[in-house]
Amino acid sequence: MEPIIHFSPYTGWVYPNETIFEWSILIAVYPYITGLVAGAFTVSSLYQVFGFERLKPVAHMALLTSLSFMIFVPTPLLLHLGHPERAFNATITPHLTSAMAMFGFFASFYVALLIVEGWFANRPYIVEQAQKRTDLLGRFYRLLTLGSYDVSEHALRYDKKWIFALAVIGIPGAHGLHGYVGFMYGSVKAREWWSSDLMAVIFLFSAIISGVSLLAVLYVATCKMRKIPVDLACLKGLAYTIWAFIMVALLLEALEFANLVYKNREGTDMIMQYVTGPLLVPYFILQFAVGAITPFLWLSYMIWRGTTGKALIVGVTVCACLVLFSVFMMRWNVVIGGQEISKTGKGLLSYHLPFWGKEGALMAIFLTTAPLGLLYVLTRLFPPWADAPTHAHS
Amino acid sequence: MTENSKPTLAARRAFLAKLGGAATCAGAAVGAATLGITASVSAKTEPAANGASFPTKDYDWTKHQWGFGVDATKCIGCLRCVEACKRENDVPANAHQFRTWVERYVHIEGEEQTRIDSQQDPVNIEASGSEKTFRFANRYRDAKVDKAFFVPKLCNHCTHPACVQVCPTGATYKTEDGVVLVDETYCIGCRYCVQACPYGARFLNEEKGVADKCTWCYHRITKGLQPACVEVCPVGARIFGNLKDKQSPVSLFIRNNRVQVLKAEMGNAPNVFYVGIDKEVN
Ligand code: SF4
Ligand code: SF4
Repeated sequence: MEPIIHFSPYTGWVYPNETIFEWSILIAVYPYITGLVAGAFTVSSLYQVFGFERLKPVAHMALLTSLSFMIFVPTPLLLHLGHPERAFNATITPHLTSAMAMFGFFASFYVALLIVEGWFANRPYIVEQAQKRTDLLGRFYRLLTLGSYDVSEHALRYDKKWIFALAVIGIPGAHGLHGYVGFMYGSVKAREWWSSDLMAVIFLFSAIISGVSLLAVLYVATCKMRKIPVDLACLKGLAYTIWAFIMVALLLEALEFANLVYKNREGTDMIMQYVTGPLLVPYFILQFAVGAITPFLWLSYMIWRGTTGKALIVGVTVCACLVLFSVFMMRWNVVIGGQEISKTGKGLLSYHLPFWGKEGALMAIFLTTAPLGLLYVLTRLFPPWADAPTHAHS
Repeated sequence: MTENSKPTLAARRAFLAKLGGAATCAGAAVGAATLGITASVSAKTEPAANGASFPTKDYDWTKHQWGFGVDATKCIGCLRCVEACKRENDVPANAHQFRTWVERYVHIEGEEQTRIDSQQDPVNIEASGSEKTFRFANRYRDAKVDKAFFVPKLCNHCTHPACVQVCPTGATYKTEDGVVLVDETYCIGCRYCVQACPYGARFLNEEKGVADKCTWCYHRITKGLQPACVEVCPVGARIFGNLKDKQSPVSLFIRNNRVQVLKAEMGNAPNVFYVGIDKEVN
């Protein structure tokens, strides 16, 4: 008999309604993208606010990366809704007890902040282009100047103040936004796998490592594409950042897991059966061993040995890719994993990832990589390269 | 007994006749009626007891606090309730989405774990021969059964509903008379509520793109009728009524028995009260 509706196979005892997976891969993609935004913004603020001079070559790109990804943050959510056309109901009548209700406001605020900060940071370039170009693009830049052509030293100093202030607001903004995403899962008491006070912090730290790693990869890739040498000091700075934060991220995850096992509440048996069974490879091997511990050890080794040159570039790039992968696996293991453990505490389900369709693998890959396309366009319009002579701002 | 807690004979007959009648006709008519009702009760801003907010003129929701009782010792697992609910409420006709379901607990001699299944289990679907009719397969015929019982389940219409707490739009809400409903015209289909309900009571109605769950047949109870599942239960395992009326069946059920609720540790404070369930039921 062909089933009328696609359902997930299960073992043990699960509630009948649980056999339909309600949150698909898109809901794993959503915190992943949000995390990249927060992480990329961390890099930009390390430079703008905390004065990490060596990160200067990536600081501008970090801002554009953050913006590109942020614009795509709502897409997986919208695609997943049963009624996307009603999405604004959550903003028109936000139900304040809901951890999801304020998301629209936070996200819009943050996009606005990124745009304004980006505008200030790129103003000298915009003004220059507006004055130089006579074509259609010139018009676009003239529009963007918002009528202000003043790039005098005084004006730029004023701009810098704004950039600083916005970056300062942006830090709690970006991290708040992402911590909030973690809370959305952490506050669901119905699921033992999610329900944890540490969830928000774990999300935050994994977000930071993923965003910094993304920038490391993007930086090396853009240097290769532009055929300029990689600034090793900058790359090292990124490597240090990843290294430091990965340590905290690992510690938090270990703490969370230890807590779960040690408290041994109802349903823990099922969780243990799950993590040592179906989750063994995605969780212990892919997320931890391959994605987090390997890069951590490798980075430690490189820092210890003072590795430099090509070995450093290759090492950091590979480590960064592994971290990006690990953080995706973390999102997957939380979102999908949480639903694979039945609320009955007596059964396990298995999610089947379709390739095609609105909530399939292809769509997930598209949504995760589409921001890179937008980033490409943005870098053409507002070159973020610190070495570009036209770029007055520093 | 009050009028609300005891349906008239005529109403009962009419309901049973409808059940027996052409399924499609009944389904369509009921579906339309449900839609109409949910649309009007969804006007959440109307003050309580404002007659105009109800399709039933003489219904006063401030005079009611609905409650539900389940006497698991009586349930025979015939699944009429499940079928009646599907028909009455236009619940998607598949074997994976239910507003109410029945669980079977079987303890076999020498086995450590109790075997649990529900009507949606492939073996049971195989036995019923369709995903639209339900039957418990006689799968333990040759086993040495120590202990076995059935447990009907449904939305608990919690006093502190986790589903209402997490709904970002307010599309799911608790009525003055204690029923948790979903406004089908306002729900965005995010399914946060489905995740948040500890009891697995919710699902996404894919046809409508909105969250769906038991309404305690709100369209019926506000007219003085019983929920469909209560109405059809041949053994009286399901008990329903007004908690504000001390003589209602549910009030008596709670008073005369030691009742318990499911997953009390969740803090949801359920309003479905159980008698005769065992330790592994949650
Ligand atoms: S049982 Fe679930 S769906 Fe029903 S009111 Fe409680 S939390 Fe909400
Ligand atoms: S699916 Fe509908 S009822 Fe459930 S939380 Fe989302 S908007 Fe609310």
